[in-house]
Amino acid sequence: MSRLYVARNPRVAARSLDGEMMIMSGRDSTLFTLNKTATILWQSADGTTPLDEIVEHRICQEFEVEPAEALHDAETLARELASHEIIQISEEPIPQPNPAAGESR
Amino acid sequence: MNGLLEQMTEKALKLNVPLSVQLDLTYRCNERCVHCYLDHDDHGEMTTAEIKHLLKEMADAGVFILTLSGGEIFLRKDFFELLEYARRTLMFCVKLKTNAMLIREREAARIRDLGVESVQISIYSHRPEVHDAITLVPGSLKRSLDAVRFLKSQGLRVVIANVLMTQNMQDYPAVRALAAELGVDCTLDPTITPMMDGDRSVLSLGVDQTALQQVFRDASLVGDVEEFCAISTNPDEDALENLPCSAGHTSCYVSPYGDVFPCVQFPLPTGNVRKQRFIDIWRHSDAMNDVRSIRVKDLTTCTSCSHVSSCSRCPGLAFLEGNMRGPSSQDCERSYARTGVPSANMLAKKRAGAGQNLGQTNLGRADLVQIRVLPANVETSATSATA
Ligand code: SF4
Ligand code: SF4
Repeated sequence: MSRLYVARNPRVAARSLDGEMMIMSGRDSTLFTLNKTATILWQSADGTTPLDEIVEHRICQEFEVEPAEALHDAETLARELASHEIIQISEEPIPQPNPAAGESR
Repeated sequence: MNGLLEQMTEKALKLNVPLSVQLDLTYRCNERCVHCYLDHDDHGEMTTAEIKHLLKEMADAGVFILTLSGGEIFLRKDFFELLEYARRTLMFCVKLKTNAMLIREREAARIRDLGVESVQISIYSHRPEVHDAITLVPGSLKRSLDAVRFLKSQGLRVVIANVLMTQNMQDYPAVRALAAELGVDCTLDPTITPMMDGDRSVLSLGVDQTALQQVFRDASLVGDVEEFCAISTNPDEDALENLPCSAGHTSCYVSPYGDVFPCVQFPLPTGNVRKQRFIDIWRHSDAMNDVRSIRVKDLTTCTSCSHVSSCSRCPGLAFLEGNMRGPSSQDCERSYARTGVPSANMLAKKRAGAGQNLGQTNLGRADLVQIRVLPANVETSATSATA
């Protein structure tokens, strides 16, 4: 199975408010807040770490879940975030202009 | 407000986070609008490095919505460097306020590439002879409207801001029609702000009662006129615990010199980011905490006013009149134009005036209405006035 890479979409606005990630879509200014798993995915979406590694090292560490099940859920989540243009997904690494994740504070 | 943004704002309020900041990058301007309250000379603006440092501090403090304004922001040679830093590195939701005179195709494309949320452009009239007479720059309407088209063609959200004054009052329907034709939003503002040094002479440019009444009875602007102009009921206990507005609670303003104020229209000095960290001013400034402590029940005069639960009272304008806990005459005028019922402040002034000018017989239109309700309880008079 091919690996999936995820990267934050530089067109969104993002800030963490007390650990909860606020994201404003660059497409139509819709505001989203990310739950804990989606926040971890967002923070780890550097374009170069494959999704299975993010799941193994970040998500499985945080929540006690089976890696295969967690990867399946993470892929579904990544595709949903991509459909709102919050992140980009690709089967190739995605070059990033800078490493920011909007998580100052 | 968008439901989720409202929730986030409530959360920010509880956590004492400044969710939204307006930063003026310069007071210099390439227009000379007759109503403008700014001193356009450069008295030592923050440098590029200072502004970047401040932006980082603001991101660390939790600021999410950053409005860049002026003066004219495009007069700063480092404007795009700052915008790129704010968007790409710090991921603020950036809104711009500009006269757009310096925005051509190239600038519009860069603004789009940097993912700016919206661009607000001041348009005073659809007629060049009126708009240009307000900006005092010939050809300015054409340049600003060209920019609206460039930005719109890039798919950006553009908002036309139409400030109402005596000179352009009759043009707002045509400005709104023009906005609709261009496919952009339009906001209308009948507030003229006094100069930051307290000079109130520009207020004479503000629209009069008749014009305000016309605006407040225009269903295309206010929706249900009867509801909008209804006389409010007595505030309940909860309403008296309400906060006057977001200034100092979830938002603030920073000048090009680094001075921090509760709001662009509330020039109460609270600190300077050249001397202190932004977050320390936000959290610990005595002046900011004083603003923060005010509840509707603490207001002088307003608590005895029949409009208190529906009034748009601006504490900044009240401060500019001498007391941030007091009434704001401009909002009294608005409440009066909306409902036909004079405010407690107007009645108090009338009483004071009557005491000083006994025997005066100079009755203007407003005087007649005020005299009718003078001795009675305001609420009762309001009810009988509409019966
Ligand atoms: S009411 Fe006045 S002080 Fe408050 S946010 Fe509005 S303009 Fe600023
Ligand atoms: S109308 Fe005037 S006196 Fe009444 S609440 Fe508003 S600002 Fe205060």
